[in-house]
Amino acid sequence: MAKRETDRASKSTTGSMVVKRGLAEMLKGGVIMDVVNPEQAKIAEDAGACAVMALERVPADIRRDGGVARMSDPEMINGIQAVCSIPVMAKARIGHFVEAQVLESLGVDFIDESEVLTPADESHHIDKFKFTVPFVCGATNLGEALRRISEGAALIRSKGEAGTGNIVEAVRHLRSIIGDIRKIEQADSAELFDWAKKLQAPLPLVQEIAETGWLQVPLFCAGGIATPSDAALAMQLGAQAVFVGSGIFKSDDPAPRAKAIVEATTHFRDADIIAKVSRNLGVPMTGIGMDKIEQRYAERGW
Amino acid sequence: MVRSSSNNSAKTVGVLALQGAFASHELVFETLGVNCREVRTPQDLGQVDALVLPGGESTTISQLLESSELFEPVKKSVHEGMPVFGTCAGMILLSKKILDGRADQLSFEAIDIEVQRNAYGRQVDSFEADIEVKTFSSPFHAVFIRAPRISKLGPSVTVLAELEEDAVLARQNNVMVASFHPELSHDDRIHRLFLKEI
Repeated sequence: MAKRETDRASKSTTGSMVVKRGLAEMLKGGVIMDVVNPEQAKIAEDAGACAVMALERVPADIRRDGGVARMSDPEMINGIQAVCSIPVMAKARIGHFVEAQVLESLGVDFIDESEVLTPADESHHIDKFKFTVPFVCGATNLGEALRRISEGAALIRSKGEAGTGNIVEAVRHLRSIIGDIRKIEQADSAELFDWAKKLQAPLPLVQEIAETGWLQVPLFCAGGIATPSDAALAMQLGAQAVFVGSGIFKSDDPAPRAKAIVEATTHFRDADIIAKVSRNLGVPMTGIGMDKIEQRYAERGW
Repeated sequence: MVRSSSNNSAKTVGVLALQGAFASHELVFETLGVNCREVRTPQDLGQVDALVLPGGESTTISQLLESSELFEPVKKSVHEGMPVFGTCAGMILLSKKILDGRADQLSFEAIDIEVQRNAYGRQVDSFEADIEVKTFSSPFHAVFIRAPRISKLGPSVTVLAELEEDAVLARQNNVMVASFHPELSHDDRIHRLFLKEI
């Protein structure tokens, strides 16, 4: 829990924003896969995942089963950590800082404060600066992304609509976030005050975006990726890596699909390679249309 | 601005862009006014005079090197003397022997070191620290992310920096490796050190 601990003997610092964002940098260009047991974690690592997200049920099943979705059993998370050498992430409920404390004590490499789980707090997110472990948070628009960054998130992902196998919401969110970044880059200094007000985001962060032309942290895509083309679409739109949740292990034949999505994410501008890896992958997850879903997870978060 | 040398203006540095922190390296080279190219295919490799293997997940990059048909061409280039710089995962890929790697994990065996993956612990143990680099007049602030440790060095390897007892920056002929991430430090001295060899 102790933030920015300084080890006197070695004069080294852990838990700084540089170190937290550093791991996010290392995940760029990669695929982070949802897994629910050690067997799936092995399949994910074998397929070339750059990290896994350990959770009890993939979003498609959470959607189907209903009820309260919580942090996973520590035993299950440790089981996954034991079988893979790549970073292991896990989800805590929005605002549930004790779940986050538990995940940190388990040594997970990244915590996803996730709208896919049932929120524990209806007005507050976790104060992520208090932790040594980095956090990733979802966002549907730039204001939400900047609020999460102001709370200490080291990585932002689009929320998309998890568990649907439908990329439409992730595309909406990426276009909204990146589109507003482009507009702010063009804005004059007086307009930035209005942008901060409209986005309900801290002015200094808005001013920083105007200067640098990008978010303070990397931006990944999540929510609805089911095919290699989906992953490449997210990358071409400007995402820097992708999370794939239900899309892999809810498909017919997870291992080749996982590998194909990894290759499509690397070669996201090369249609020949995407075509090659997309052949004979079997049936993707069925997916759901947005008009058929009862609970939009993307609406969770404040 | 200090340029590393005048003769590399026409040279192109490739950054292996299969997965990981390749964009951060490109930014450093661009700031130094060096031509830079992302390498994802054997054709890309043919266009470059030097290569950076960035940080990222070494198991992922190793698999993508194979599926992208880059493993053998890169190995050949490196063994033929192409200047190459590996950071973190890139250092793992260049090492002679990988401890705690996957059984099928490939390495270029280009520098006589043994490397232990994730030896400094999980992400909560990732850290920043000042290191003394030979020939630098002031310390370099280094960022270590789930860093690998050089556990054994051959006699032909020159150590350029140490952290406590461990070598963290080393070189053997055309191959330079770092267990940390100079591309994250906003300090281009180590990149300029590499450019001197090109």
